[in-house]
Amino acid sequence: MTEEGLLRAALRSRNLVVGHLLAAAFAIGAVLSLFWTPYDVTELTIATRLQAPSAIHWFGTDHFGRDILSMIMVGAQTSIAVAIVAVGIGMGIGVPLGLAAAARRGHLLDETIMRGNDLVFAFPSLLIAIMITTVFGPSALNAIIAIGIFNIPVFARLTRGAALPLWTRDYILSARVSGKGPVRISVEHILPNVTNLLIVQGTIQFSLGILAEAALSYVGLGVQPPTPSWGRMLADSQTLIAIAPHMAMFPGFAILLTVLGLNLAGDGLRDLLDPRIRNA
Amino acid sequence: MLRYTVKRLGSLLASLVVASLVIFACIEVVPGDPASFMLGINAQPDTVAALREELGLNRAPHERYFAWVGGLVTGDFGTSYTYRSPVSEIVVERLAISLPLAIYALSLTILVAFPVGILAATRRGSLTDISVMATTQLGVAIPNFWFALLMVLIFAVKLRWFSAGGFPGWDAGFLAAVKALTLPAIALALPQASILARVMRSSLLDTLSEDYIRTARAKGLTGRQALRRHALRNALIPVLTIIGLQFSFLLAGAIIIENVFFLPGLGRLVFQAISQRDLIVVESVVMLLVFAVIIVNFLVDLAYAWVDPRLRSRT
Repeated sequence: MTEEGLLRAALRSRNLVVGHLLAAAFAIGAVLSLFWTPYDVTELTIATRLQAPSAIHWFGTDHFGRDILSMIMVGAQTSIAVAIVAVGIGMGIGVPLGLAAAARRGHLLDETIMRGNDLVFAFPSLLIAIMITTVFGPSALNAIIAIGIFNIPVFARLTRGAALPLWTRDYILSARVSGKGPVRISVEHILPNVTNLLIVQGTIQFSLGILAEAALSYVGLGVQPPTPSWGRMLADSQTLIAIAPHMAMFPGFAILLTVLGLNLAGDGLRDLLDPRIRNA
Repeated sequence: MLRYTVKRLGSLLASLVVASLVIFACIEVVPGDPASFMLGINAQPDTVAALREELGLNRAPHERYFAWVGGLVTGDFGTSYTYRSPVSEIVVERLAISLPLAIYALSLTILVAFPVGILAATRRGSLTDISVMATTQLGVAIPNFWFALLMVLIFAVKLRWFSAGGFPGWDAGFLAAVKALTLPAIALALPQASILARVMRSSLLDTLSEDYIRTARAKGLTGRQALRRHALRNALIPVLTIIGLQFSFLLAGAIIIENVFFLPGLGRLVFQAISQRDLIVVESVVMLLVFAVIIVNFLVDLAYAWVDPRLRSRT
């Protein structure tokens, strides 16, 4: 498909357009909050605390009188940053491992990498976060490491699975005949052919990362106050839910819509980039 | 099947050994001296020395590791430093809430996801299918602890049908206890049921387009008979994989959901232990959960081999 054709197909996909618009809205909010927010999120004004949504505070205020819209904008920075770095860790380590396992299929290296993956899979990111927090105390870095480690086997398995059938192709054989080593073949021929798959999975892991970050911050293992984070905001809202339900509504919708946007974008990308589905 | 089981059993044991080594290293070796870590920076040297003695920290790490694993095997998890009672007793007490919660949530997940997924697959493209896909898309994206908060707001604060949290204990009667676990179980089940229903649907759609289904129909079986006798069993393989994976999410999710409903389960225990730096409790609970995940994956592997005999010879 030509680039223009691909773009046209992309614009026709409702999932892709709606998903990207949703995700972009939050990304723009996050970037905007670096320069400007409606109110200062570090400013505590007890006089205006727990106000319901109004023309002055669109999303209301929290128990310290902070503007919830501003906090959601700043919180988007946290969520996006944690999830991006965590996916980066997962890809950065997982993809080379997967490529190596596929290149050495059936050898000791392959076996070691795959068994290592199985082991990491037995540790849900929450348990990794619990162990790190116990030893080093809670921080945003914990959340990043915990979610990042969890992502490694996801990308390693995906890459290996996609790379294995490629190794039997004719063009790989001719590359081998021309004297290229397994590392060069993996980088020059295998990797470009699994990139689409990695982009789709990356989008999905990104949305899972946002959910996981929110959950970790909610239970106090992730981002620490006063840094605004969506999960933290929900934790604060919990005891006040009977008198200030708006405190629980907006951060929750922020998470829901971001994750929904990324999932839709992921589905749309898969339909677009996977030739098997596209031609069907 | 026996040879397969023995082989899988071997890798199960290996996983358990490596996992226990990782946990031991993270919690007991990385912090340096666990005794002074647990007591904090203001502790008196003789208090630290006494705790070192009590925890057996004066021994070499490998001796401590073997003592710990030996204890785990015999059910002796050590003594909690903050609760001053055996960790195994505390854990069993907390498990009486967390385990039923996880089973309750898993049952709800399967009870909802199977029929919904089958319905959507057999009526592909219909309004039912489209609404199932839209609802499950939302279900996957919703953070379960937020969904739990919303249910508290609606069913506890506004309608007053359920209490907002807490657990009356199993002594208060089976129904009262189950009622207290109902909202938490629904919150846990929602995202899992959404995922499972989608997997069930797509897996069934794949098998329904296979040649052997066409053959079965050509032999004169009705759509329903072909579905029940041939398609469902084959569609179950990917579904089983997901159920196995979901179990670990369910356990982790239970820890978080217990926090929303103030349920005194393993989750509350582990968070209290973190803030009190009770390393022994954290170590035991993490090991127990990892153990559960590894065992479930092992059982799922066996279930595969049972559903699909081809897998027995392949590995």
